[in-house]
Amino acid sequence: MIEVRELRREFKVATSKGLRRNYKTVTAVDDVTFDVREGEAVGYVGPNGAGKSTTIKMLTGILVPTSGHIRVGGVDPSKQRRDLARRIGVVFGQRSQLWWDLPLKDSFDLLKSIYRVSAPDYRTRLDECVELLGLQEFLVTPVRQLSLGQRMRGEITAALLHAPELLVLDEPTIGLDLESKERLREFLQDINTRRGTTLLLTTHDLDDIERLCPRLMVIDHGKVLADGPLDELRAEVTPERVLVIDLTEPGPAPDVPGVTAVRSEAGGLRHHLTFRRAETTAAALITQVVRQVEVHDLAVVEPEIDDVIRKLYQRQVAQDANR
Amino acid sequence: MAEFIYPKLIGAKIRSQLAYRASFAVDFVSQVLAQCYELIVILVLFSQVDALGGFSRDEVLLMYAFAGAAFGVADLFAGQLDNLPTYIRTGSFDVLLMRPLRVLPQIMCSDIRLRRIGRITSAVGVMIYALTHVPIDWSPAKILLTVLTPVAGAVIYSAVWVVACSVCFWIVEGREFANAVTYGSNAFTSYPINVYSRPLRWVMAYVVPGAFVAYYPSLALLGKEDPLGLPGWVGWTSPLVAALAAGVAGLVWRFAVRHYRGTGS
Repeated sequence: MIEVRELRREFKVATSKGLRRNYKTVTAVDDVTFDVREGEAVGYVGPNGAGKSTTIKMLTGILVPTSGHIRVGGVDPSKQRRDLARRIGVVFGQRSQLWWDLPLKDSFDLLKSIYRVSAPDYRTRLDECVELLGLQEFLVTPVRQLSLGQRMRGEITAALLHAPELLVLDEPTIGLDLESKERLREFLQDINTRRGTTLLLTTHDLDDIERLCPRLMVIDHGKVLADGPLDELRAEVTPERVLVIDLTEPGPAPDVPGVTAVRSEAGGLRHHLTFRRAETTAAALITQVVRQVEVHDLAVVEPEIDDVIRKLYQRQVAQDANR
Repeated sequence: MAEFIYPKLIGAKIRSQLAYRASFAVDFVSQVLAQCYELIVILVLFSQVDALGGFSRDEVLLMYAFAGAAFGVADLFAGQLDNLPTYIRTGSFDVLLMRPLRVLPQIMCSDIRLRRIGRITSAVGVMIYALTHVPIDWSPAKILLTVLTPVAGAVIYSAVWVVACSVCFWIVEGREFANAVTYGSNAFTSYPINVYSRPLRWVMAYVVPGAFVAYYPSLALLGKEDPLGLPGWVGWTSPLVAALAAGVAGLVWRFAVRHYRGTGS
């Protein structure tokens, strides 16, 4: 579906020094190569300014690459922008493609004409979204009066009316409450698995990735730092997991081989134990722990994706330094 | 089928604006008044003098009305290009680029400013007054010219607008410059061009083809000699000049959008 080879995009940034103006070249995307197969769901993450949006703008044909090769659905996006637009859907969390002052339904009708969707197709697709996303109650409400969660559901419907092969979502869950997020994730998962729509989403919310994307791509400073299944990446860069135990009585941390007690809290009531996932399983560990101390509650904590990304970045810096 | 989408976009915008009826009414009236202030300036001027550059009051009013109507129509479609810096800054421009349509017609049709009809209404009123009070030797060709002049003028102004606003792709706060050119050329074309100094006249009449909006077509209608010495048929060339201006504007716009997307620089 997507084929990207050695993609590069530079920007000229003006640096003013007194009256003289100099231009500095900033590389926003630096030799990025990847493929996305049909039907895949890929999370594209990285800190602000990492190059995510620039990549997406090049994939959708808004920006032209400085160099490199892109094909989306077999088409060169920057040369065939309008042809490609008919085949992909794009949702930007922070900007709207709906008509602000008109009822939500009117925006859908306009998009039907813009994308030349036939009346029966439009009917079935809209009905499906209305049902699955629960749009019925605010279909005739002007968009400006919708809550953010309602508007996002509207935006996603708007991007799906022409049944795109690829749906690109830029921060789709930003600012939403938990319930709205959950609803969107369920819906996106459904269109990915049932309709086979390819998903590419950027996000800061790592639960989005956890729930939706079997594959994760991490980008920073314009370079892809890692690309693979989330679990593998996590195991690779943060081999340690944490077991948190709450004791019924304050006391010292249990002493189990292969485990390090890293922190005690609440005067010895709570202990953080780390263990290597390669050496022992959480189940085996828990059995040993409860033999030694009386446990009130316990939890196995996976490293946050933020930590994973930070570690990946540090690793990259170290590799660059060794080179 | 794609052609039919633009009337729908215009219709959507009209419905949007009717959502704010009171503010629409206020805007409409203020536009009528804005056009009338300029009218008052001309009337006061002619209470002191009998002729301006060899033209009577009603003849000047005819030029003023042609310019006003053309500017009003152009503003209706091209005026929203003033918002281009905002579009670029907020990313709305990217949303337009994501659609399977050309960007310029999308901007022109999807953000139409209905209140500008106020300006057009008052300009047409003055036009009717002037046409019935100036000596015109009517012929079918002249009737056609009368109808075509505001249309050609609107195209010329729109082209000026597109070119001036294209600057915003390079200078984000280019709006001041763009307004100086667009509103400035409206003020310029409302009077006979022979009253201006030579350098100003040269730029505003021929580089920006403002003289073809009202001045030369009016000369042709009135059957008057050009005090500046151009032959009489020049007054009939406005539609051609308009087509040429539209072509140039299209090229400049394309170049500007290419710059934005990253191949032009």
